[in-house]
Amino acid sequence: MPINPALVHKASIMTEQEMQRALTRIAHEIIERNKGADNLAMVGVHTRGVPIAERLAKLIGSFENQEPPLGKLDITLYRDDLSEISVQPIVRKTEVPFDINKMNIVLCDDVLYTGRTSRAALDALVDLGRPSIIQLAVLVDRGHRELPIRADYVGKNLPTSKQEVVKVKLESVDGEDSVDLYELGLGA
Amino acid sequence: MTSTQSIPSNIEVQAEAQTEVQALKHKHLLDLQDWTKDEFLQFFNTTDAMADVMKRTIKKVPALQGKTIATLFFENSTRTKLSFERAARAQSADVVSFAAGSSSLSKGESIKDTLLTIDAMQVDAYVVRHVSSGVPHQLTRWTDASIINAGDGRRSHPTQALLDAYTFRQEFNGFDDSGGFEGKKIAIVGDILHSRVARSNIKIWTELGAKVVLCGPRMLLPEELERKNVTLTNSVAEAVEGAHAVMALRMQQERMAGGLLPSLQEYSERYQVNDEMIKLAHDDCIVMHPGPMNREVEISSELADGERSVIEQQVANGVPVRMAVFYSLLVGK
Repeated sequence: MPINPALVHKASIMTEQEMQRALTRIAHEIIERNKGADNLAMVGVHTRGVPIAERLAKLIGSFENQEPPLGKLDITLYRDDLSEISVQPIVRKTEVPFDINKMNIVLCDDVLYTGRTSRAALDALVDLGRPSIIQLAVLVDRGHRELPIRADYVGKNLPTSKQEVVKVKLESVDGEDSVDLYELGLGA
Repeated sequence: MTSTQSIPSNIEVQAEAQTEVQALKHKHLLDLQDWTKDEFLQFFNTTDAMADVMKRTIKKVPALQGKTIATLFFENSTRTKLSFERAARAQSADVVSFAAGSSSLSKGESIKDTLLTIDAMQVDAYVVRHVSSGVPHQLTRWTDASIINAGDGRRSHPTQALLDAYTFRQEFNGFDDSGGFEGKKIAIVGDILHSRVARSNIKIWTELGAKVVLCGPRMLLPEELERKNVTLTNSVAEAVEGAHAVMALRMQQERMAGGLLPSLQEYSERYQVNDEMIKLAHDDCIVMHPGPMNREVEISSELADGERSVIEQQVANGVPVRMAVFYSLLVGK
């Protein structure tokens, strides 16, 4: 079994208020870039991408009088490390209850890191149809990409080292809104 | 990506930190004896995700890319073999297929040599059906690959029981924690003696909190199956009364040495599950049959095609259930 390394708190990155402002700004940017909410849909990546997509959809709805539909994407079956990992990820249901063909899809996730999750999400999404455009919205971009992927909407750019851990908490999942930076301690 | 990232060079730490993992990690699926209630319920959730894949335009995911699955059927089968192969391909695994009739077995090759020959082709899992009980267990000694039992003699047929229970859950689950099994009554009527399906089903239904009633002629109703929450009866009326599911089983005459059954005519008169009998069951009762079905013998055609019947749904569920089996056994080894 892998060891569970101790996490040492380093800094608070986002408070509840800051997160709300970042999401509000992203919602406006999405509307601006897509010229309104027509044809627009939000798709969240399980687990914490889903509430982010949900909140962005609500915000967009409140600005444009038209709430974009919401989808939930599980990328487990599309991971590129399934043949290597020693643990078994839980597979969740993908629920995209609308036709994604010719839609403008905003893929939502909490943290953009290596880009591998986004790569898997793109594959999972195009298996469901052929959207006109797929854009990527993330709450935190922490760098260290291993694939040529970038986000269209970023809540906060956060330079990190690979020994650091970014923890996002969201109200609907964790009971609070916050982003914190931790250092991976070597001693347990 | 979930909220926690860590050192990417240590793939185990990363996977542990980023992913909610499940405990279901059997290497083989020989029978269901060591499965717990939580494992069954987790398994059904995985099956839900697989069922969802089968509803899409593109019914394929890359989860088992690069894996090879061999089907070894020493006994005939239509739906089970096809269903396993479909499930393997839907997750992008490669399939090599072996059928006893057209093989070197008929030239005298032993099962062990057959296995070792195929094993040299780098196989990750074998799906095995054999007329003798215990063959899948035996094969685990000769290969490092996973062995999946697709029916051995009268002993066990775990994927059939999993899909039967999954079908029941689709009908009765309130998507609560118990899966809808607690306190329900299941009647299994027919040739219990020769039925591996009945044996595997007894385990899964009782583990999930349901009561099982086994029914059939005395000679086909082995007393040793009686245990907590499992009762035996010769009366169909008694078995079906208040039941939430009734499963009819075929008379396996090819396994009967003779003298066990007077005639199919006599059997159907006393034990057939039909519209008349089903009136005694619970209002929401579903009718199941694992196939192959002998219409007008163990089940009336009217009932098999009627609105209570979930027989086609059972076949359809076979694919996602077997996809979930492959995922559970082959990912995260």
